[in-house]
Amino acid sequence: MSADLVIILTAVLVSTASALVGTFLVLRRMALMSDAISHAVLPGIVLAFWLSGGERATLPALLGAAAAGLATVTLVEWLTRTGRVKNDAAIGIVFPALFSLGVLAVSFYFRNVHLDLDAVLYGEIAYAPFNILTIGGRELGPESLWIMGTLTLLNLVFVLVFYKELKLSTFDAGLAAALGFMPGVLHYLLMSLVSVTAVGAFQSVGAILIVAFIIIPPATAYLLTQRLPVMIGLAVGIGAVSSVLGYVFAILMDASIAGMMATVAGILFGLALLFSPLQGLVTQAIRRHRQRQEVAARLLVSHLAHHDRPVPLSEVQEEFGWNPRFLRRVQELALRAGWVQLEGTSLRVRRERIAKNLWR
Amino acid sequence: MLELISQIFTDYTLRNVALGAAILGCVGGVLGSFATLRRQSLLGDVLAHAALPGICLAFLLSGSKVPLVLLVGGGLAGWAAALLMLTVLRYTRLPEDSALGVMLSSFFGFGIALLTFIQHSSDANQAGLDKFIFGQAATIVASDVVTMTVLGGLALALVTLLYKEFKLLSFDPEYLSSLGYPTRGLGTLLTSLTVVAVMIGLQTVGVVLMAAMLIAPAAAARQWTDRLGKMVVLAALFGAFSGVIGAVLSASRENLPTGPLVVLTASVIVVISLFFAPLRGLVWQWVREVRNRKRIRLERILLDTHVLHNHGELSPETLALRRRTSLQIATNELKQLETQGWTKQENARWLLTPAGHQRAHQLEQEMRVLPRLEARGVVSPTAKRGGA
Repeated sequence: MSADLVIILTAVLVSTASALVGTFLVLRRMALMSDAISHAVLPGIVLAFWLSGGERATLPALLGAAAAGLATVTLVEWLTRTGRVKNDAAIGIVFPALFSLGVLAVSFYFRNVHLDLDAVLYGEIAYAPFNILTIGGRELGPESLWIMGTLTLLNLVFVLVFYKELKLSTFDAGLAAALGFMPGVLHYLLMSLVSVTAVGAFQSVGAILIVAFIIIPPATAYLLTQRLPVMIGLAVGIGAVSSVLGYVFAILMDASIAGMMATVAGILFGLALLFSPLQGLVTQAIRRHRQRQEVAARLLVSHLAHHDRPVPLSEVQEEFGWNPRFLRRVQELALRAGWVQLEGTSLRVRRERIAKNLWR
Repeated sequence: MLELISQIFTDYTLRNVALGAAILGCVGGVLGSFATLRRQSLLGDVLAHAALPGICLAFLLSGSKVPLVLLVGGGLAGWAAALLMLTVLRYTRLPEDSALGVMLSSFFGFGIALLTFIQHSSDANQAGLDKFIFGQAATIVASDVVTMTVLGGLALALVTLLYKEFKLLSFDPEYLSSLGYPTRGLGTLLTSLTVVAVMIGLQTVGVVLMAAMLIAPAAAARQWTDRLGKMVVLAALFGAFSGVIGAVLSASRENLPTGPLVVLTASVIVVISLFFAPLRGLVWQWVREVRNRKRIRLERILLDTHVLHNHGELSPETLALRRRTSLQIATNELKQLETQGWTKQENARWLLTPAGHQRAHQLEQEMRVLPRLEARGVVSPTAKRGGA
């Protein structure tokens, strides 16, 4: 397998696994919990590093970091429940503290060990093809593919098996609890998966950029659809597209691969923000513009209907105070709809045409 | 430790670092107070992360590494991210936390991409841009401290000048708007001042940990008081204190980064405040709960003994029967009442003391809700009959 392919495949797996859990985080308004978890993963990894004697072992790191992630979630929720600080402030207190501990431990104990802060920040996906997983002396291919493949599968199975429960508890937690679906258990399951995904992706894209993969594609999909299955599919697709494009741009510009992937994801979000058929800024502006003209055309026809004679355009303009360009547009609209007819420089209403379909 | 503190006044580097961190803590505490009250704590996090691409762009465009130029670039980028986020919130249905997360991670990702692009493409001149990620307080020189002081002084002066308006904005923006003040403009100004705080912090704690300098001192100060003025001053003090202590700690050994130590000091202050602040402290709340629970249990026992005393024989056996407990527990309970002075033993018999009588009577009166409501005119006496 070529190195490029391994990197792209790893990135696609990271983005797919992230998008699957990220969709539910975004919908549950807990997107920033992933930010907290991904930061808190660092002390967990350092701790596992330390306990396993400085070896770069994958499994202890995964477990330690997942535990740290869950500890963060629990801590944030406990802080919020005390009522002494608001939820967002609780997140903002817990994760910098844990991250500081991690940074401190890294610079304190692991000066000479292969765990530098750059890797923490933006990962080392470029090395993905060179970390080969070997079990019993047999080479089984790149380790990152195995890790991320397993995690993607895990998340996929979780979403498929608990789809109904997730949907219900996301949109109506009260009803889910009343029906006995235990939203609390589901919540912690989801959070565990977010932690594990953050850890698995840690080596590839780093602690902070994983947030980009968890939040941006689902948020982009959120702008594009109102149906859950479509949103999940779109999020996975957007994540994959930003992985591939990000890799290409990173090679072209000789920049960080993970950073570029996050950038592309951000650009895709920007495009959706502008042009989404549902909520896009441009779409909304066009829609408003068109509606204004349509309402004006109807107003014009209603005005004309009060007169039996053709009304001169200048009189219409005086009546409504429209500027000439707008009047021309409105006039064209009404003419095209066949509601009025032009007689010289005057407009006359066509009564036979408007009776039925003007205010339908 | 004392030796180190005295070094603040003699050691050039340590003095600059400590001063820089103190100014940051002070300004961060003041502006963080308003941010947390407006439920915008994590906006600071976004502003800080978004500063990274601004710093890189400022370097790319100007080619200089003068801190002020880079800081202004970072500030502008943070500001752009904030405006973009407000646009998203105003025109789409995207939840606020997602909008924050999107801006934070995409700007930061872009910053990382630019940073690595600069590192790979240009000569050695670029070295040191990445110090803004985790901060590198040791590089702060006297001129930087002057820059920070001017920026921070400006921000604090504006807050002092517009204190009344900002206070109203934090607690009742609708009222502020009805008074004819430009609410949105004031909000933008406050956010811009937060950007200034972030600019001050970029060198000391870096973009990743900056959020803590806005949130932690304010959250700690909130526990000690219910008044905004006191909270702002306390937050400034806590912030400055964490800055100095963090700087001193990091100077105590080789290879200790200042930023994380400042943040950890602030976090420790938060923990202490959460547990031990008077009134709101969790420890006091816990003590109050235990005391209340104990008092209510004793009062219930007293009421039971009162009933037994009036309608039968008061003895450990009858009390155990009534309260469905063992004889031993019932005896114990009577003894507990005795220590309160509510019961006494006479000739191997248990009696209620006058004090116990009085207390039980008082409790019974307090438990009668309807007569009290009638006395206060909340319920009319006829309503009781009608209901029966």
